[in-house]
Amino acid sequence: MRWSWIDIITHVEKGKRLVAVKNVSMAEDVLHDHFPAQAGPGGENLAPLPVMPASLLIEGMAQTAGLLVGHAGDFREKVILAKIVKATFDREVTPGQTVRFDATLERMDPSGASTVGTITAIDHASGVEHHVGDVELIFSHIDRNMAGVEFPDENFVFTDNFRALLVAAGMI
Amino acid sequence: MDRDQIYAKVTEVLVDALGVDEEEVSPTATLTSDLGAESIDFLDIVFRLEKTFGIKIDQGELFPDNVAQNPDYVEGGKVTPKGIAELKARLPHADFARLEADPSVENVGEVFTVNAVVKFVEKKLK
Repeated sequence: MRWSWIDIITHVEKGKRLVAVKNVSMAEDVLHDHFPAQAGPGGENLAPLPVMPASLLIEGMAQTAGLLVGHAGDFREKVILAKIVKATFDREVTPGQTVRFDATLERMDPSGASTVGTITAIDHASGVEHHVGDVELIFSHIDRNMAGVEFPDENFVFTDNFRALLVAAGMI
Repeated sequence: MDRDQIYAKVTEVLVDALGVDEEEVSPTATLTSDLGAESIDFLDIVFRLEKTFGIKIDQGELFPDNVAQNPDYVEGGKVTPKGIAELKARLPHADFARLEADPSVENVGEVFTVNAVVKFVEKKLK
C-alpha cells in the first residue's frame, strides 16, 4: 500500500485546482521520531517535540498536485514528481491539526506539468488557520521522458489508496 | 527586447532553474556539462522561458527528445553525419562545434549552450 499523506480530497476543479486535507495524528510513528525526548546541551531532559516533517508536507503536496495533474490528463499519463522547484516553510505543524494542501496547475504540456501550492494548518484548539508554506513542483509524464527510457504499460501511479481517494471524490 | 535584455533574462531563468551562480552563466557555457542540467531541468527551463517571455515552446522544439535512442541518428554510440545534419535542421539555434569535434552520443547535450537558448528566444520573439 502506498504511504499516503493525504486523507481526503475536498475540492476539485479539473485541470485547474485540487485541494486535499490530512489530519495529523499522534498515532503516526514518524512523529515519535521527529523529535523524541532527548538530552539537551546541558544534559537536561528535553521533552518530545512531535512535529510533522517538512519533507512529508512536500510529499503531501506532491500527492495532491500529482492527482491534479493526472486528472487533467484523464489518468492516461504516469505522473511522477520530477523536481521540487521551491519549498518554503514559516511554521510547524503539530498533532491535532489539519493540514490543507491547495494545489493549482500552472502549466501542462505533453512532457509534464508545473504546479504551485499553498499549505495551511487548521488549529482546532483555536479555530485559527495558519499559513505553513508554499511549494512549487514539476511533474514528468514519464512515458515521454527525454532519455527515451521505457516503463511498464500499466499505470502504476494511480493505484491502491490513490484510487480510493479518487473514487471518494467522484473523480473516477 | 534586444539581445542583451534577452541574455539577462535567460541568465535569470538558468540561475533559478539550475541553482547556479550568475557568474557561471556565460554565452558559451553548456547547460549540461558546465551548468549541471539534467534531463528534467530542460522541462523546467522550457516552462520558465515560456513564463518569462510569454512564448509557447512545443515539445522537442528547443531540446530534442530521444536522440540517443533514435537509430536514424546514432550508430555505434556516435551520432552519424546524417544525424548531425538532421539535428542541425531541427535545431538551428544550437551550437554544434563540440558535437562535431567528438560525435559521441553523450555529447548531444553539448549543443545546448546559453547562447543557443538566447538565439532560440530571439527567434521566437520576432
